[in-house]
Amino acid sequence: MASAPDKLPAWVDIGLLPVINVALAFMVSGLLIAALGQDPFEATWVMIRGAFGYEESLGYTFYYTTNFVFTGLAVAVAFHAGLFNIGGEGQAYIGGLGVGLAFLALDQYLPFALMLPICIIAAALFGAGWAYIPAYLQAKRGSHIVITTIMFNFIAASLMVYLLVNVMIQPGQMSPETREFNSATWLPYMHEALAWFGVEVAQSPLNLSIIWALICCVLVWGLIWHTRWGYEIRAVGANMSAAVYAGMPPARIIIVTMCISGALSGFVAINEIMGVHHKLLLDFAAGYGFTGIAVSLMGRNHPVGIVLAGLLFGALYQGGAELAFENSAFTPDLIVVIQGLVVLFSGALSYMLRGPAERLYFALATPKPAEA
Amino acid sequence: MTTPGAPALELRGINKHFGPVHANRDVNLSVRGGTIHGIVGENGAGKSTLMSILYGFYQADSGQIEIAGTPTAIDGPEDALAAGIGMVHQHFMLVDNFSVLENILLGAEGGALLAGGLAAARAEVTRLEAEYGLEVDPDAVVGELAVGLRQRVELLKALYRGANILILDEPTGVLTPQEADRLFEILRAMRAQGVTVILITHKLQEIMAITDNVSVMRAGEMVAHRETAQTTREELAELMVGRQVLLRVEKTAAQPGDVVLAADGLTRIDDAGVMRLDHVSFQLRAGEIVGVAGVTGNGQSELLAVLSGIQAPDDGRLTVHGRVVDADHPCDPAEMRQLNLAHVPEDRQRMGLISPFAAWETTILGYHHDPAYTGTVLLKTDAIIADTDGKMSRFDVRPPNPQLASDSFSGGNQQKLVLAREIERQPEILLVGQPTRGVDIGAIEFIHRQLIQMRDGGCGVLLVSVELEEILSLSDRILVMFEGRIVGEVDGADADARTIGLMMANAHETAAETKAGVV
Repeated sequence: MASAPDKLPAWVDIGLLPVINVALAFMVSGLLIAALGQDPFEATWVMIRGAFGYEESLGYTFYYTTNFVFTGLAVAVAFHAGLFNIGGEGQAYIGGLGVGLAFLALDQYLPFALMLPICIIAAALFGAGWAYIPAYLQAKRGSHIVITTIMFNFIAASLMVYLLVNVMIQPGQMSPETREFNSATWLPYMHEALAWFGVEVAQSPLNLSIIWALICCVLVWGLIWHTRWGYEIRAVGANMSAAVYAGMPPARIIIVTMCISGALSGFVAINEIMGVHHKLLLDFAAGYGFTGIAVSLMGRNHPVGIVLAGLLFGALYQGGAELAFENSAFTPDLIVVIQGLVVLFSGALSYMLRGPAERLYFALATPKPAEA
Repeated sequence: MTTPGAPALELRGINKHFGPVHANRDVNLSVRGGTIHGIVGENGAGKSTLMSILYGFYQADSGQIEIAGTPTAIDGPEDALAAGIGMVHQHFMLVDNFSVLENILLGAEGGALLAGGLAAARAEVTRLEAEYGLEVDPDAVVGELAVGLRQRVELLKALYRGANILILDEPTGVLTPQEADRLFEILRAMRAQGVTVILITHKLQEIMAITDNVSVMRAGEMVAHRETAQTTREELAELMVGRQVLLRVEKTAAQPGDVVLAADGLTRIDDAGVMRLDHVSFQLRAGEIVGVAGVTGNGQSELLAVLSGIQAPDDGRLTVHGRVVDADHPCDPAEMRQLNLAHVPEDRQRMGLISPFAAWETTILGYHHDPAYTGTVLLKTDAIIADTDGKMSRFDVRPPNPQLASDSFSGGNQQKLVLAREIERQPEILLVGQPTRGVDIGAIEFIHRQLIQMRDGGCGVLLVSVELEEILSLSDRILVMFEGRIVGEVDGADADARTIGLMMANAHETAAETKAGVV
């Protein structure tokens, strides 16, 4: 009956704590860098400059961010229904299969204006389809979705290798890739699009899919907090028995939510396949699906947070690549370690500092008399 | 054992804050040795906080604890045990698949090998049982014991640890009236042996029945100390709430109309194969309140689940508005709502609301498809919030802020939110489970009046409650459930606690045991 302690104010919980977590990750990284005999401050500077310092680096950062926004949103949507979708990687990969098939079948006949919606739908359908099976197994058979989605990542990887090596490979070449798509149907790069308006920027892989990513943020925000379907998703996630009491069908909601989540993961292929590679190839998902879990956790499953966390991880990817390029002491493995530390502190350990912060905050805040 | 008359326990100036909440404010309490001392107060008055400080779960911000005249620092339950304080929690802290003896030994095993400890414990337990009339088979597995017996194990556990100050937190919540009477006999035997008992309860009739002294808490403060013989229930209720309250519910005779809900042989078997509902048949008419009495866990929850469509019956039929529900034609809760059936669930935390949801989101739970609340795509947030504002003012929900998270309201206010949601749909059938569980006295009065009003408006109300007094004061007819069956039906006008209590404990067995002297 004792009243529970009040919650931390929002600015501490979603503002200060993530910043401290990231700072801790950088401190530990700094110690590591110092132990290797390098100057951590210089390394940090190189990373920041490499991520934001000039037009081309910004383009790369935003290009990575686009992927993280898609996969972060995917994890967040599932999370609101209490589902931990670890399968973003596989769903993105299979989303690519959908986009690739659409291009191979239609790119000679249809203009870009038609290819764009068709590819978006294909990416969504294939991503959703790949999420449907684990969702069905969870909803109807009780197979744990964490296990099944992990397994479906492996199945997706094997399936894509088989298809690209044996079926979809362009005849007469060695590397397991499809032919290049008709260049008239590619998603324009940002530097091309801006050039139409007379703005000249440096070339980078950043393309118009970032706009779709931001639209998806708005759509997800509206869905989760402003529609009755989002209401049902959150109800199922927060309190299953209350959802059943309210007459909601949990199995259907689980399946639909996972399909939305899979579709969002599938959109990685719009950026990668339609926007950058222009052909279907192996391993284009490159871990974006997994990093999306950290992005979503760090962004507190909210689209605004996901954009910010996506930006951080985009900067880490790009700045890390720059660091490895500039200083040979920083091997790509070390960059992965730094990224891993950020994931560790802001994802897995994101609640580590919550308790101490709560105690400190309430010790500092002067006790007010109880409401009588 | 302390000498009778001298204070066994003194608390002076205890203060405790949780963040901005002042849970205990300058609390003073003096408990004489060898007495039974009651502490009453509404939910959130600070009783549990105070007892948790005494038992070492929390540390007071300031103040002093004296045990038998000696200032004592209690930094954890070990210190409390060492000072001779034992606690029996509302929810038992027992290992179900251990024997009684093993449970009693828990935390006092006395060495790496159990055998020595067990033998010593057996001797000691036998002595304690004889001394206090606490019969219980030391070799029985706790999970197989009845609730009343499990409570005795808790008592034995505390006594075995050498407790001479015993704190009981809402001990009768799960007992039948007969089991409660038996518990009180045991407590009197303990008092006779010099044990000091502190009884925390919100049931005033228990305070009157058993305590020597009573202290009343309100909003974190100790507002009064009384000798029980010198006070009345009315005075205590007034002290608890801070204003006059109506303990009796005033109502006119029921005017039952047509049958609105008919159950015919409803049977429900759970996943473990246990028959939870055993061919339950009854009818509910418009304009009457039918109470379902019974000790927790005798099928009342399953009855509500089947009637509200949450679970399908395995056998039997349920007729609501001509819609026949049976094993082959289940009806989900959404369809039941369309049949004008509303349901205030037993466990509002687990079912009636969604803790992190804002109050306005909780007030549309189950009705979120209503065109008044949602357009084709978007929820009509402004309309819902306006609607919630209205509900909050009509049902006096405090604080009246639709944006607050549902779990930041007190139990009574949460229940008012749920009631407002279900009642304002003007249902023809209202299922109500434990309407006043964890609800303060002021709100109980309000909730009871709402239920009577619904009845007078022609709604058929099915009331499930483990509070016998509540059943007795509200119901026009009373059904008694035992092990999934309806074992008796009594007219509300001629019902009394004793008859119904006997039915709740299954009359035949209880009668036989009473003769044998063991209830």
